[in-house]
Amino acid sequence: MDVIRQRLDENGDPHDLRVRQLRARQMLRGELEGEDLEQYVEQSVMLTTLEKAQNWARANAPWPLTFGLACCAIEMISMVGSPRVDASRMGAEVFRASPRQADMIILAGRVSIKMAPVLRRIYDQMLEPKWVISMGACASSAGMFNNYALVQGADKFMPVDIYVPGCPPRPEALLYGVIKLQNKIKGEPDMGWRARYQAEGTEEVA
Amino acid sequence: MPDATGLELIAADVRDKVGDEAVVDTIYYREQATLEVAPASVRDVLVYLKEHADERFDQLMSLHGVDYLPDEPRLGVHYELLSMERVERLRVRTRMRIDDPVVPSVVDIYPTANFQEREAYDFFGIQFEGHPDLRRILLPEDYAGFPQRRDYPIGGEPVIYTYNEHQIPRWYE
Repeated sequence: MDVIRQRLDENGDPHDLRVRQLRARQMLRGELEGEDLEQYVEQSVMLTTLEKAQNWARANAPWPLTFGLACCAIEMISMVGSPRVDASRMGAEVFRASPRQADMIILAGRVSIKMAPVLRRIYDQMLEPKWVISMGACASSAGMFNNYALVQGADKFMPVDIYVPGCPPRPEALLYGVIKLQNKIKGEPDMGWRARYQAEGTEEVA
Repeated sequence: MPDATGLELIAADVRDKVGDEAVVDTIYYREQATLEVAPASVRDVLVYLKEHADERFDQLMSLHGVDYLPDEPRLGVHYELLSMERVERLRVRTRMRIDDPVVPSVVDIYPTANFQEREAYDFFGIQFEGHPDLRRILLPEDYAGFPQRRDYPIGGEPVIYTYNEHQIPRWYE
């Protein structure tokens, strides 16, 4: 059996793993100087703004609130619980039972007029920054229930960031909505929803 | 199920024991026996059927309101009775006018009627006299109107279809 031996060449391709190992060893020994040292630092240190790092962290852990309104909640559970569509890949599997610990709320089902003040209260109890995913046709537009008992779309009484269509949406679709929300969180600097929706003056006064 | 003859026997029994004016009608349709009674004597009839009759109906399976628009008297209450012993069912029905929707409550004889009478009140506005706690059960407590009445508007929002898109003003904006 032939063993191929390669020499470590410090002047070789700088992306080669062996070369990088050699460089790191030299740096730790204090042997790198001048241009080599600068090049080393340039390759191994990443610079960003605090805001971007913060949004990156937020986007990768959008903890939802444990709150199901109707049949869509079953699909929401399937998004979390099934190994096929695993929400923990997006960091969205940690369902919190308290609105104080949750980052987003998934409106999974139809919103009745009686439930709307409850939902609004829970939403107001959540801490900034907070996001809302409207899941399914009923939460987005009351779906087939165009009648006296239901709110015709949850965005009539609370701001909604992402609408996921379907009746009910498949777990994949909801996870796609979560990814969309992540992109939204990463993409724009956090302003709070009042600035996002030009809703100054709607603060609740106790 | 009492058959048609059995229903007439029950009706005769009730007429005899509760009063002649209590039974308004008997209906036997598709093997279902219905005893229609006057609203004022509903409670007496149910007390008799539950506790004093020879063949008793000991359980109230369901109580629900009905709106018979455009017929008059418009509102109705159905009591679905069941005899656990003989596995027989009897429907007691009463109908009242829309301007006087009052019927005596049966909560003290059938406790299960508590929530169901509240539901019938919630959606049809039927007043159950003697109910311990007659208030809305499903709709918000400040809701106006009784939405399951058939002359109540269905609510919601107008939906744009091709046949009415030009009737909804400035819908395209």
